[in-house]
Amino acid sequence: MTKLLEIKDLHVAIDGKEILKGVNLTMRSGEVHALMGPNGSGKSTLSYAIAGHPNYEVTSGEVLLDGQDILELEADERAKAGLFLAFQYPTSIPGVTVANFLRHAVTNVRNPGRKEGEDLVPMRDFRKELRAEMDELGMDPDFARRYLNEGFSGGEKKRAEVLQLAMLRPAFAILDETDSGLDIDAVRVVSEGVNKVAAKVGTGVLVITHYQRILTYIKPQFVHILYGGKIVEDGGPELVDTLEREGYDWVRAKYPNDAKAEDALSV
Amino acid sequence: MSSATTINAPPNSASVGGFSETAFEAFLATRDEPAWLIERRRQAFAKFQATPWPTARDEEWRRTDIRGLKLDTFGPPILSEPSPADRVAAAPTIDALAAHYATGIAHINASLSQKADASKLGGAVLLDLASAIKLHPELIKKHLLTDPATVEADALSALHAAFWTGGTLLYVPKGVKVEAPLYSLICLAGQGHVDLDHTLVILDEGAEATLVRESTSRGRDDSPAFHAGGIELFVGAGAKLQFVNIQNWDEQTWHFSRERAYVSQNAEIQWTVGGLGSRLAKVNQDVALMGEKANAQVNGVLFTTGKQHLAYFTRQDHIAPHTTSDLLYKGGLKDRSRIVWKGMIKVEKDAQRTNAYQKDDNLVLSNQARADSIPGLEIEANDVRCTHGATAGRVDEEMIFYAQARGVDRATAIRLIVEGFFANVYDRITLEPVRETLRLAVADKLGRR
Repeated sequence: MTKLLEIKDLHVAIDGKEILKGVNLTMRSGEVHALMGPNGSGKSTLSYAIAGHPNYEVTSGEVLLDGQDILELEADERAKAGLFLAFQYPTSIPGVTVANFLRHAVTNVRNPGRKEGEDLVPMRDFRKELRAEMDELGMDPDFARRYLNEGFSGGEKKRAEVLQLAMLRPAFAILDETDSGLDIDAVRVVSEGVNKVAAKVGTGVLVITHYQRILTYIKPQFVHILYGGKIVEDGGPELVDTLEREGYDWVRAKYPNDAKAEDALSV
Repeated sequence: MSSATTINAPPNSASVGGFSETAFEAFLATRDEPAWLIERRRQAFAKFQATPWPTARDEEWRRTDIRGLKLDTFGPPILSEPSPADRVAAAPTIDALAAHYATGIAHINASLSQKADASKLGGAVLLDLASAIKLHPELIKKHLLTDPATVEADALSALHAAFWTGGTLLYVPKGVKVEAPLYSLICLAGQGHVDLDHTLVILDEGAEATLVRESTSRGRDDSPAFHAGGIELFVGAGAKLQFVNIQNWDEQTWHFSRERAYVSQNAEIQWTVGGLGSRLAKVNQDVALMGEKANAQVNGVLFTTGKQHLAYFTRQDHIAPHTTSDLLYKGGLKDRSRIVWKGMIKVEKDAQRTNAYQKDDNLVLSNQARADSIPGLEIEANDVRCTHGATAGRVDEEMIFYAQARGVDRATAIRLIVEGFFANVYDRITLEPVRETLRLAVADKLGRR
């Protein structure tokens, strides 16, 4: 069943400062989109706003998941509706094991109507499934007993994000700079993990990056350039090559007004 | 049930008179005790009379207001066979302890209600103190309340030393290693409202043992209760003691406790404290590292709700060289409750190569709750390593958001984060049932509205 994620004229501010100035983007299940843009162009703001971080104020616009406006939902309700954000900087939660955390997450996401205090998914089934997913991602079984993101290396954190993605099987996943801080082997492993999940459950993927290298593993059909708080270019994979070759100078030249906004954001 | 009420025992102390001279003499008359002990009690009573009642002007009582405690409404415990209703009330706690530990001893309303099963003691002696005085007089005489620091610290410690009633001796002879953990329960039930128990643990050279002590209120009415207790732990050369003390009084109970461990050379203590109950608690928990290479690990789990006030004062006294101590306290606070922790690492001049650590972290879960966390160092030696730290903070919103972004609702996210906050102290506790008891108690208090 094809699902639809629509971002319509989204304006987002942090501490009263407008960062996103009317973003439009539509994705369907099974599609891979790449969102590129220089540092400070608003890429992470977009991902946090969609995920529902309370510090990101949506001043106007809509985000629709299969026609339902999700902007009024709490972050956990958005996750239950099928959204997933792989964090650029995953938060550590000391004392909470990867397995315990994920068991709660999986229980809630798979039974969205569940009330607090009702049973968690059965331990045996959960363990078996977790073990299998970890195996696929080349993770040591001991990893499940470690405290979530506590003392993880950069690569371990990103792998843990993809492990969660695999367990939660979302309709749409936003990968926020999942390649940053990883060596090339880790980028490959993490990308293969994403591709497997996408192939298995038809997840629509939005890859946020400012490097082209992750996109050689997760191949986008659609590429968007976010510049000065707006998506200024939509295209196919060829856009990635253009950016790789020419950088953002041509974007700057082509969109002088947005370049001013971009400069203001970068301050 | 009304039938249960009618067979309830009356309050276990005279309701008027307090701890007066008349009450003291009447109390002594009921005690069948040797002259040395009577004399010790008399000296302590004189000290009690001579010591002013604590006020906010005393450093340790600045933040801990006990003006609401009406001492005159309590008196020395009157010993009697626990009533059937009180036994029924205490049964769930005793059953839980008995399910996890080899055997143990229980007191209800200051009176002995259960003796230990001697066949399960693994060579240890576990007795109520009254019997112990008859059976092991020299041992008791040598160790019980002989330290002025314990007896004369303040009016409440002197009151305890004069009037202590009930309590437990654990004695482990030289070289005996007791594998299975033992327990001691101190319970106030029904109309019981006074307990003045004393715990005395003596491990001879090379001995090993684990004792879990729990104090709790079961099926009590909502009248105030008063507990002034004492704990003395003697860990002989090369001995290993694991001592757990879970305080779970109801929120009508005033709780005072003076506790000190004496750790000899090459000996080890792991001492875990659970501070969960009571209306107001004022506890002094000290470890004294008396011999070279003595080692102490101290763990604290405190959780307060409602208007509870828990004040814990810890000392790590390094007296001999090459001694180590490691203290980790964790507190969680809800509602309008308050936790005061004040720690002191004291390194004597001779205690070179001391390695001491103290840390107290608090998680404040409401705007009206307050944690005061005050570490302290006093170092007279010059070749030592001492570190300390204290924190008080709120639940991190970024952690909550991260969990919510994975479908976990806010309330559950907070519960997970709070449980996780205590995990590094649980991780130090080697007894699984103790970890579980503390975890469940914290979860229960966290979920309580």
